[in-house]
Amino acid sequence: MSEATGEPNILPGSGTTDAYNIDGIDRPETRPLIPLGQKSYDGEAQPRMGFFTDTTVCIGCKACEVACKEWNDVPATLMGLTGNSYDNTEDLGADAWRHVTFIEQRKPVYVQQEAGLGTPSIEGEPDFRWLMSSDVCKHCTAAPCLDVCPTGALFRTEFGTVVVQEDICNGCGYCVPACPFGVLDQREGDGRVWKCTMCYDRQKDGLEPACAQACPTDSIQYGPLEELREKANGRLEMVVEAGATDARLYGADEEEYGMGAFFLLLDEPEVYGLPPDPEIVSRKFGSLWGSAAVAAGALAAGVVAAFVGGSR
Amino acid sequence: MTEASPQARPQPRLRSPVSEGPGNGHRSYYGQPIIKEPTWEWEIPFYFFTGGLAGASAPLALLADLGANGRLARAARLTALAGATASPVLLVMDLGRPERFYNMLRVVKPTSPMSVGTWILSVFGSATGAAVATEVLGVFPRLGRAMRVLSALLGPALSTYTAVLITDTSVPVWHEARRELPLVFAASSAASAGAAAAMLTPTKDATPARRLAVGGALAELGGTVLMKRRLGSLLAEPYEEGEARRFDELSKACTSVGALSMAFAGRRSRAAAVAGGAMILAGAALERWSVFRAGFQSARDPKYTVVPQRERLRELNGPNGPGRG
Repeated sequence: MSEATGEPNILPGSGTTDAYNIDGIDRPETRPLIPLGQKSYDGEAQPRMGFFTDTTVCIGCKACEVACKEWNDVPATLMGLTGNSYDNTEDLGADAWRHVTFIEQRKPVYVQQEAGLGTPSIEGEPDFRWLMSSDVCKHCTAAPCLDVCPTGALFRTEFGTVVVQEDICNGCGYCVPACPFGVLDQREGDGRVWKCTMCYDRQKDGLEPACAQACPTDSIQYGPLEELREKANGRLEMVVEAGATDARLYGADEEEYGMGAFFLLLDEPEVYGLPPDPEIVSRKFGSLWGSAAVAAGALAAGVVAAFVGGSR
Repeated sequence: MTEASPQARPQPRLRSPVSEGPGNGHRSYYGQPIIKEPTWEWEIPFYFFTGGLAGASAPLALLADLGANGRLARAARLTALAGATASPVLLVMDLGRPERFYNMLRVVKPTSPMSVGTWILSVFGSATGAAVATEVLGVFPRLGRAMRVLSALLGPALSTYTAVLITDTSVPVWHEARRELPLVFAASSAASAGAAAAMLTPTKDATPARRLAVGGALAELGGTVLMKRRLGSLLAEPYEEGEARRFDELSKACTSVGALSMAFAGRRSRAAAVAGGAMILAGAALERWSVFRAGFQSARDPKYTVVPQRERLRELNGPNGPGRG
């Protein structure tokens, strides 16, 4: 975790100066046509911040869920008992910005123990393992929610994260099915869409997000994304060397979505409820609009054809 | 476990996160969906219908004008206006915060089909309204003509952008149908515009409307078959079950019967044209409902999200490749 430095807002620079040009990858297609006020963060730009969730040391305490709810004033959700191990949060949504998953598997755990990984075993159950992971919004570079938002309520912050402005969102719900991770949802009785802000208010004051601060095992790590990615690669090498050959990084590069929150997993992503290879749906302009243009042309031609041979 | 022999150590019951449905073999988190179902309600499929109807009626009205078929032009233009009036009402009603609808008008955002559509609908509605107003009041004839042309030009865009609206999502049966769905919506819009105009116009003036209705209905029937075939056996499944299937079957029946009635009796009998037209309209609305519900059904089951992505990874990496995730 970052130490308090006297000037918390001045972090090691990545040269990012433009809200729409993250890590040097220009995304002109997400630039608003009519810039409302300032278009780039200029001097205020910060290095892109992110989360690295190292699930190998998650103990399933749900402190992240609680801290998130406390800090962000997220309404309580009492869904009852699901029977899905210790997971009674069910999924990410408007009222759950962190979600700890619990997966029970028949698999020898000695490897994990040797590697010093915190996966608990049950006495007399040598082939039982428990996987836990704290899921969160991925704050993607190629965020479809941001692309499709028709009001500009979703925006890219100076930290490279994606945040919903609650005073703009009119609850159109477009971002909800756009997200390939099922992160966003409409809040019942409120009508607007809510999701993780990476504690934007805390970031502005140089603090780490509430979940990361509350995490007792440093399973949730917060920091400049570039540093976290490097760190994660090192950690992966370490656990693989220790014998956890199933371990893998999920979303730890700029490829595809460019996730700002990524994970070290001990099994396939879908086991944790994550899509194994999500497509960037909102960047396929050719096939999305091209086919609509063809269809519109066909419709016009069809109407003209109806008048061939007389207009009565 | 009661059936275990006394010697065997009792195994704690684990709820397997592996989905063991027939022919699946995919893994998931307790069978829970990966993506969220849309929050859109009944207003949205009906808007696809009213928007499509209005959008295809506008060029029909303009061509009837050019052909000096005043009755047909009037019927089609009033249909366009009615659709353009109902559409924003439906859209605003569906918002979580309807009083904030105007926030849609604070940006023009080409990456958002909903933003693009908001502007198409706003300009289309204004143009159609102005075209009707100038005609009714008998003022500004030149402006009126310009507005008719503008309305006719934007109409096809209004009828088809709604397909992009839903294909630009992570919902498997919508996104993977992005090449065919606009054609289905265009055909369905043509059918409904023709049907409405044929219902509202005396039979002797309604020939182009009947042709459009029948042609559109046939294209709609063919288009949905094509779309499902291109989706492949797995992603066509949501169309084979639940509400999506029921709406699809009803739509096919209504559209076929309506088209037959319109084609073979619509020229002689106004009653047959009205009955056939109503059936075609119902078929077009049901088709949107079928597509709408199929999307929800495909979002609900992680199979439709995971299996195609796994297949893609397999193609990318070879059978034993490391995979991206």
